[in-house]
Amino acid sequence: MNPANSAALRARSTKARWMEWGVFGLLRVATYFVLACAAVVFLDIGIKGGAVVFRRHAPFINIPFLTEAPETLNVFEWEGRKRTMGDREFRTFRAQHAAELKGVQVEAYVYSAGGIFPNIVGTILLVLGSIGLALVLGVLSAIYLSEYAVDGPFIRFVRLSILNLAGVPSIVYGLFGFGFFVILLGWNVSLLAGWFTLAFMVLPVVITASEEALRSVPGGYREGSLALGATKLQAILTNVLPYALPGILTSSVLAIARVAGETAPIMFTTAFVVRDELPWQVKQWTDFFFQGVMALPYHIYVVASKIPQNQYTHDVQYGTAFVFLFTVAAIALTSVVLRTRLRKKYRW
Amino acid sequence: MVTVAPAMSDIRSAAPAVPVAAPPAAARPAIEIDRLDFFYGAAQALHGITLGIPERQVTAFIGPSGCGKTTLLRCLNRMNDLIGIARVAGGQIRFDGVDINDPRVDVIELRKRVGMVFQKSNPFPKSIYDNLTYGLRIQGEKNRARLDEIAERSLRSAALWDEVKDRLQASALGLSGGQQQRLCIARAIAVEPEIILMDEPCSALDPLATAKIEELIHDLKQRFTIVIVTHNMQQAARVSDRTAFFYLGKLVEYAETRTIFTNPANPQTEAYVSGRFG
Repeated sequence: MNPANSAALRARSTKARWMEWGVFGLLRVATYFVLACAAVVFLDIGIKGGAVVFRRHAPFINIPFLTEAPETLNVFEWEGRKRTMGDREFRTFRAQHAAELKGVQVEAYVYSAGGIFPNIVGTILLVLGSIGLALVLGVLSAIYLSEYAVDGPFIRFVRLSILNLAGVPSIVYGLFGFGFFVILLGWNVSLLAGWFTLAFMVLPVVITASEEALRSVPGGYREGSLALGATKLQAILTNVLPYALPGILTSSVLAIARVAGETAPIMFTTAFVVRDELPWQVKQWTDFFFQGVMALPYHIYVVASKIPQNQYTHDVQYGTAFVFLFTVAAIALTSVVLRTRLRKKYRW
Repeated sequence: MVTVAPAMSDIRSAAPAVPVAAPPAAARPAIEIDRLDFFYGAAQALHGITLGIPERQVTAFIGPSGCGKTTLLRCLNRMNDLIGIARVAGGQIRFDGVDINDPRVDVIELRKRVGMVFQKSNPFPKSIYDNLTYGLRIQGEKNRARLDEIAERSLRSAALWDEVKDRLQASALGLSGGQQQRLCIARAIAVEPEIILMDEPCSALDPLATAKIEELIHDLKQRFTIVIVTHNMQQAARVSDRTAFFYLGKLVEYAETRTIFTNPANPQTEAYVSGRFG
């Protein structure tokens, strides 16, 4: 072998090689940067929030935080020691020790005691209702668009409108919901108004993804059904929609994360800062739909920006964020599992 | 399970939307195509096609790609309805004496009686059993014993019973390509059509699987009228009784298969079947 050639084979520092090394490095750094940011967020909430939600001793979980309503924290000096007490407990305590408490300075910090149970319940109710609405409306529209609509200027306009709807900021949905459902339809600040507002917000995602999922079902299944004497509706229901369900559920996972997480659409339509009754404590069942609820994201907003900050608010902020993160993760995980199961059942 | 073969008319319980004449005698054509003009948008795909498809025989449509043979086949059960721009501009296709493009014709009923097997085998991603009984179940048949019986009978007719009888509940997608196509044929037979349209049913299969399907076609013509579109001229020669040669949307020649392949009247036909063009 020619020595010059073998030297070239071993050369490592051509310009193209350096370039490649540099570019790959850049790609890697960009990816790891995202990973690092996500890790910081999760670790921060996980560690500080975990400290609130979990306990070092049995039962290892801070059960009152998950099962009680938020309440005011009272701080005062008692027998030379600093005592902290939730509002309900404090009231009984004050009744018993009225005389001794005279002259003792009591500092009150709102929402810093108790738990976030009504907020968890409210968020779950909001997610279930709005996702249900969005899936029904979205899948029906998607079926129409992908299976029945004849492509033309009007249908193109409809598609364009749906895409534009996806770009509307969530605060605009909130104000629309407030103007339309709360005021015009007279639903007041209610669960129903929140459901519709949130459903409209995620409809574009659900429609677009469902349509995509329906289109990706091979045409042969439609033709095969029709050739056996199925009506178009039968073909869609038996041989198109079931195979598109995994894809539709994928879109619903994204939608769930958005519905659960958005604060702007619910702050005018459905969220209460505080409410003593739980959602099922209603006089008659129709009231269920017309009551406001507390919700996790709105609670975070309130405890993080609407109340005086001090060493006592810290716990409820991180604790709520932690529970919020894992509630959304749990709901999303359910639909991922469902999707995987369906995929196994209908694979082509 | 015992195989009983009930009369074919039992299956067709749904009343046809259009009054139809009594089943034609063997001599009568099952389908008469009469001066059919067909367009995709502004492009004419079929020019004045006239031909009769005889009952309980195999009729083959041959011709080079784009000659309109598949289009004509899909006209026979109105599968072209699915294409928005497709339209029949003139002429008639008569099935049982009824023009199938008449607006009063129930296309669902038509497709029950004119079944189809596609070029790309399309078993549904369900179990073999669910594939076989699909057609009957969408017609509302719920009787389990009857569904079982028809599933078995269809599989036997499609020479697939011995291969799959132990795994009827397994996914149809686990079958080989040739088995999948025979399953599609069985699925079409299960609704007891009178006519089976086959659109290049062997084009994706190996020679062995092709031979099995051809053998099957030979058996099925005892009971069904079969129309087959094929690119493979040897296949047309092997399986069909009559052959129609199409070129550029026109019917060039239609005769007994033997005549087409040994003594064609038209020089274009002769050139095509001898492999000199197409």
